[in-house]
Amino acid sequence: MQKSGSIIALAAFLVLSAHIPAAGQTPDDTVLIADTLKTAAPEILPPTIVSLEDTPNDAGTSIDVTWEVSPTESLLPAAVLQYLVLRATSPDGEFERVGTVPVGTNSYSDDGTEPGDPYWYRIDAVGTDVEVSSAVSGPAHSRMQWFDRGRVGVLLFTVLTCVLVVVFIQVAKRRPGKVFLRRLPVFDAIDEAIGRATEMGKKVLYIMGGLDVDDPQTVASMSILARVADRTASYGARMDIPCIWPMAMSMARETVKESYLRVGKPDEYNEDEIYYLTTDQFGYVAGVDGIMMRDRPAANFYLGAFYAESLIFAETGYATGAIQIAGTAEVDQLPFFVVACDYTLIGEELYAAGASLSGDPVQVGSIRGQDIAKAVFFVYIAAGVILKLVGIDWLERLLMIG
Amino acid sequence: MLMTSGPWVWIAGLLTLAIYSFLYKDNPFYKVAEYIFVGLSAGYWAVFLWWNYAYPNLFVPLGEGNYWNIIPIVLGFMMFTQLSKRTSWLVRFPLTFVLGVSLGLQVIAAVEGDMVPQLQGTFSPFAKGALFNTYNFWTSIGLIVLLVGVLSTLTYFFFSREHKGVLGVTSKIGVYFLMVAFGASFGYTIMARISLLFGRLHFLLSDWMHILR
Repeated sequence: MQKSGSIIALAAFLVLSAHIPAAGQTPDDTVLIADTLKTAAPEILPPTIVSLEDTPNDAGTSIDVTWEVSPTESLLPAAVLQYLVLRATSPDGEFERVGTVPVGTNSYSDDGTEPGDPYWYRIDAVGTDVEVSSAVSGPAHSRMQWFDRGRVGVLLFTVLTCVLVVVFIQVAKRRPGKVFLRRLPVFDAIDEAIGRATEMGKKVLYIMGGLDVDDPQTVASMSILARVADRTASYGARMDIPCIWPMAMSMARETVKESYLRVGKPDEYNEDEIYYLTTDQFGYVAGVDGIMMRDRPAANFYLGAFYAESLIFAETGYATGAIQIAGTAEVDQLPFFVVACDYTLIGEELYAAGASLSGDPVQVGSIRGQDIAKAVFFVYIAAGVILKLVGIDWLERLLMIG
Repeated sequence: MLMTSGPWVWIAGLLTLAIYSFLYKDNPFYKVAEYIFVGLSAGYWAVFLWWNYAYPNLFVPLGEGNYWNIIPIVLGFMMFTQLSKRTSWLVRFPLTFVLGVSLGLQVIAAVEGDMVPQLQGTFSPFAKGALFNTYNFWTSIGLIVLLVGVLSTLTYFFFSREHKGVLGVTSKIGVYFLMVAFGASFGYTIMARISLLFGRLHFLLSDWMHILR
């Protein structure tokens, strides 16, 4: 049947070839070709479904449909316009369209299926005035996979990092103070800035970024805030901590209160120094800029996740003559802090500073574990590139997601 | 010059000028605009968070019989315990819960979203014989720079070793790469900020003052 259809299509092609426009062709010829194309349109041959397979590594909500394109496509490229993918829940049931793909495409992932339910498929080739259907194929079932093999690399790296972190946390707990973390210059700068604010009788302004407590940068900022609050409590300096998120405010209050307890001055803790301003990014910026210009704090700390507000804060603080210490893992904002602040914690230094200043074995051990993981990645990259240059790429393929 | 008669455009134009007056120095006009901005936005966000998060995600499902939502509602109300000094310690429970859950979830996001793509991005341009046959000279140099940049920058972020000896040299090279990257990022972001300034100037000169058409 298919063979005879091909012969008919080939005949149509030969008819058309005889009418290919040549130099000097008249408008009458063009009309004749168009008429011929119209008459040839019903000769589109149907596509053939080759396979219906459950989409691998998913939650059981998708079936991959593959078909052989209509043979007419190769003979009369303009005759087939697109393919429709149709689905039914029984072979003689009502088929509904689930997808449309352009001509030349021979596969489609139907991601609207229910796990375990049977589905039948049909592919329709659509021409200018005609639509021909493939034979119905099925049933096909989609199934959920418990394990996504496309994410083996992610699993390996996550497990490796977690194991290293847990091991070194245990090491840090058993040998407190023995796990080495290098001293960052910013540690001395913190004491220097707070000392200067105390001498000048001015406030210390602490901004913990634009994200809430569910962001790791805000959590790291809290560790540094504890150190800053320890020092302000010891020196008797006042703090000013406007917050952008209510939960961050609550956490900052708990952190600072604990610092005042730790240095034995719980009565000097003033929770009004830590307050909510607004959650709107630029409303917050306007408010903080006003505080900087009116109160002129002697030391400004910007530690956490920052976005467009970074340059505005840093420039205003610079104009007031404050010592400025900043740190963020937002790569796009780091340049602004680097040029306008006295000390900047770059990316992961923010986390390391928080861990080192807190001295908490869990945080210190975690940084040590991550360092070992980084050494492993260093070797992995170097070895992977060398192997790939000699044609071995399995280290790269291990990373492929999907 | 035919200025618009629309009151809201006038208010927006005057407030824009009041905010920009901060470039000269702090002044009463800026203070008025700042207080309006902070107050209005705080109120707006309270209403926004209620109608877009709390009400549809907590209370509507609860009304439909999803009683699991009682747990986050109770945790949410525990945030108010800080209003009294006697009960303020209870606020640590919801804070700890949010911290634990969100940081745990972000471990996977960090590996899948940052770490693995970085490794893939470093590997992908390299291929068998690529350095000598496939690419031209400068592309090959670029690949070597990419590899050296990634590895040396990685060594800068080792915190449990002093940056001395070989590690000192590689981390120093890493710092140079970081500074070059920051310079490029600085220029790119400044361009974006200037386009924001143009947008505001266009509002003032076109929508408000009708100087530009």
